Amino acid sequence: MTEPTSGESNVNESNSSQPDPSSGGDNAVSSTSVTQRRDTTELVKATLARRYAAEKRFRWYGIIAIGASLAFLLVLLTSIFIKGWPAFTHSYVKLNVSLDADSLDVAENPTDKQIRAANFSGVIKKSLRERFPDVKKRKAKKELYQLISGSGEYLLSDKVRANPELIGQTIDVWFPADDELASLLKSGDDLSDPDSIVTRMSHQQIGFAKALLDAGETQTRFNKTFFTSGNSAEPEQAGIKAALVGSALTLLVTFLLSFPIAVAAAIYLEEFAPQNRWTDLVEVNINNLAAVPSIVFGLLGLAVFINYFQLPRSAPIVGGIVLSLMTLPTIIIASRAALKSVPPSIREAGRGLGASDQQVVWHHVLPLAMPGIMTGTIIGLAQALGETAPLLMIGMVAFIVDIPQGFTDAATVLPVQVFLWADMPERAFVEKTSAAIIVLLGFLILMNAIAVLLRKKFERRW
Amino acid sequence: MPITTLLLLALCLAFVSFVIGRQRAYAVAKKNGGTKNLHSLPGHYGLMTGLWCALPAIAIIVGWKLFEGPIVSSLLDSSIPQAIHDRGSIAVDLYKNEINNLAASGNIAAEPSIEKQNAANRLISVRSYSSIALLILTIAAAVIGASLAYRKIKTDTKARPIVERIVQFFLVAAASIAILTTIGIVFSVLFEALQFFKQVSIVEFVTGTKWSPQTAIRADQTGASGSFGAIPLFMGTLLISAIAMLVAVPFGLMSAVYLAEYASIKTRSIVKPLLEILAGIPTVVYGFFAALTVAPLIRRMGESIGLSVASESALAAGIVMGIMIIPFVSSLSDDVITAVPQAMRDGSAGLGATKSETVRKVVFPAALPGIVGGILLAASRAIGETMIVVMAAGLAANLTLNPLEAVTTVTVQIVTLLTGDQEFDSAKTLAAFALGLMLFVTTLILNVIALRVVRKYREQYD
Repeated sequence: MTEPTSGESNVNESNSSQPDPSSGGDNAVSSTSVTQRRDTTELVKATLARRYAAEKRFRWYGIIAIGASLAFLLVLLTSIFIKGWPAFTHSYVKLNVSLDADSLDVAENPTDKQIRAANFSGVIKKSLRERFPDVKKRKAKKELYQLISGSGEYLLSDKVRANPELIGQTIDVWFPADDELASLLKSGDDLSDPDSIVTRMSHQQIGFAKALLDAGETQTRFNKTFFTSGNSAEPEQAGIKAALVGSALTLLVTFLLSFPIAVAAAIYLEEFAPQNRWTDLVEVNINNLAAVPSIVFGLLGLAVFINYFQLPRSAPIVGGIVLSLMTLPTIIIASRAALKSVPPSIREAGRGLGASDQQVVWHHVLPLAMPGIMTGTIIGLAQALGETAPLLMIGMVAFIVDIPQGFTDAATVLPVQVFLWADMPERAFVEKTSAAIIVLLGFLILMNAIAVLLRKKFERRW
Repeated sequence: MPITTLLLLALCLAFVSFVIGRQRAYAVAKKNGGTKNLHSLPGHYGLMTGLWCALPAIAIIVGWKLFEGPIVSSLLDSSIPQAIHDRGSIAVDLYKNEINNLAASGNIAAEPSIEKQNAANRLISVRSYSSIALLILTIAAAVIGASLAYRKIKTDTKARPIVERIVQFFLVAAASIAILTTIGIVFSVLFEALQFFKQVSIVEFVTGTKWSPQTAIRADQTGASGSFGAIPLFMGTLLISAIAMLVAVPFGLMSAVYLAEYASIKTRSIVKPLLEILAGIPTVVYGFFAALTVAPLIRRMGESIGLSVASESALAAGIVMGIMIIPFVSSLSDDVITAVPQAMRDGSAGLGATKSETVRKVVFPAALPGIVGGILLAASRAIGETMIVVMAAGLAANLTLNPLEAVTTVTVQIVTLLTGDQEFDSAKTLAAFALGLMLFVTTLILNVIALRVVRKYREQYD
């Protein structure tokens, strides 16, 4: 600010009642500006408290914003953890079953086929009736039978088929409880006060549960079924193994396709591409693809791979292709950054010793950039593992009971399994869903931890 | 023979010819006074032989498999009786399916007629011929390619440039996949959308206010005529995205400001990754959380103050989506805020401004273009987000701006229209592609503007 204008503004402002605090600091010569300076100082002093308060407030806004976000994260994770934890255990009920050939409806020395056709459910029902001999009414009996999971008879059947001498004996067997009974037993609620419990079970059934519990004939164990079986409409028989295998197969396809292609593309763009319009176009495309909604990739997969190329629906191979198209930009961008961080002196030294451009890249630059590339790849794959929407488009929402055996079998993946279970009305599926989410998050944390470790261990500062 | 086996066979042959080629190169070198007299390293000769072996073979396999389906299908056409052709394309497809099933498993629902049996037998024989022909062709191509290369192994053959040129070609191809993907997306979505606009006028689609995509299956059915006015979907999408942005922008921006300007390096290094966890959680998890925890909570809160809240309110989906986008906004803003030169902050502080005044009056205006770019990217993400709205927002296409009511979005409708079995060329399915086109174009425009703004801004301060 030049002298005259500053003087002018001072004259103007001495007339006005509110002088501008920003001017009048420099010229202490004239008497007006001395008073001006005092005014300014006082003005500043007067507003200082307010300004500091504003400063403090502003700071608090920031802290609140971060605090709220982190609090939400905490709430999200704890609520899922609390809901999902019970699904890792399941309750079992001990029953004393008498496997006499008569009630099983089999001959004296039955063949395997005959055992398979035997009336195991009748035997279980009979032992339930014997356990609660007071139950006489039809309705009460029906309620009683509901306590044991439908998988009980298969369990018993397998047991007897493995060991046919059991026929004619009376044995104690732990049967998996029905999902409602299991939730009730796991909740630890006070069973003597049925009105206080939120459950779909009747008071009579709660009475049965209490009797079993008091007699020590129930037990809560690690839920192996959850990790060893496929989907089922019965919550207590539903498991995530099919989805896990599907996820693994899909991710394998994604990795096999996206890793080499992304690394090749990154090498070309970073090391060889001439500065021309084609290169520009490619770069713009990659950046845009990184921001295209994932569901659009699903539409692409449906229209091109399923309808045009007639690849099988619901198959990990199609899922893998779609996901690799989706993760390519992420991996390419990360790989380019890794390649860029390798100093030019490495390349020059290589060329100085007579290596060709490609030899420099394959022998020196790429190995040095590999940790960064791997980190980017793992992060991209973690993204692909959590992706749901494009897979819905290509039909991976199927109800998968069998474990997929290959890349063209119908399969589902873990996040889609979460989506499917989230829609189920049974209360027990809420805990199944949460438990599947815990497993999914576990894998994501594992992958990200590996990425961080890789970066920490191999990162080089040049 | 499955395609994977064939490809593996080709790769094995390639490896064998690599070894043979390299040995041949050593042998040639020995005759001419050592490897130093070869033009290239022996490994390059090996690679050349291997590539010449594998490439033609793989090209034949891929080409064959791409065109085998359509050709076999058209051969099948000739064995379909004229009577079926007269009944239209659906009958033909059905007939073909039956023949396919007959050929695959040997039985179909109805007793196969003689024509069908003959057609199936023909199909089987055509397929087996095709498979044998492919196998022979593949092996022949591999052997011919390898032997041609083998004969070229001489001291003056420039094996390294040949190999490098092929490798360079692959690098370019890999980089071009990004462009192919974009083209694929545009065409797959555009073609189907155009088909749709043949049935429903584009004016009705863009300006209509009634969305009920149930079309009649038979022409004589009444009632469900289907109306495709997409305005309610656009409004729903905008409403939910707006709620999300109202949550994400203040929280994300303030977090970024705090982290960039106030937080110590240590706090920053802890909080930043924690915030990024929010971005790493799969969207299906947010959807589950929104539907199961947030929506009932909002409903209860609304009811306690006498408001009626839909159980699938736009508010719940919007808030959760906003929280998901917080880390997105905060990390993009953080980048641009830290890119503002320190000198500008120092200048402001030198004039006596407090930190918050500096942020509000100096840093913020300077960073504004970049922040706007980041917000646009976040908005495009909110618009394209699928799983949260599929799980937490409704299906009813209400035209409303009340956040407490249920609305539906473009992505929800795409998922609903395309999951489950339906004909591919019905207006209902095609409508999904028209919506996909809208989604793609909108997000593309947002992304292009955002990326351009951000890039311009970066150049300004770099």
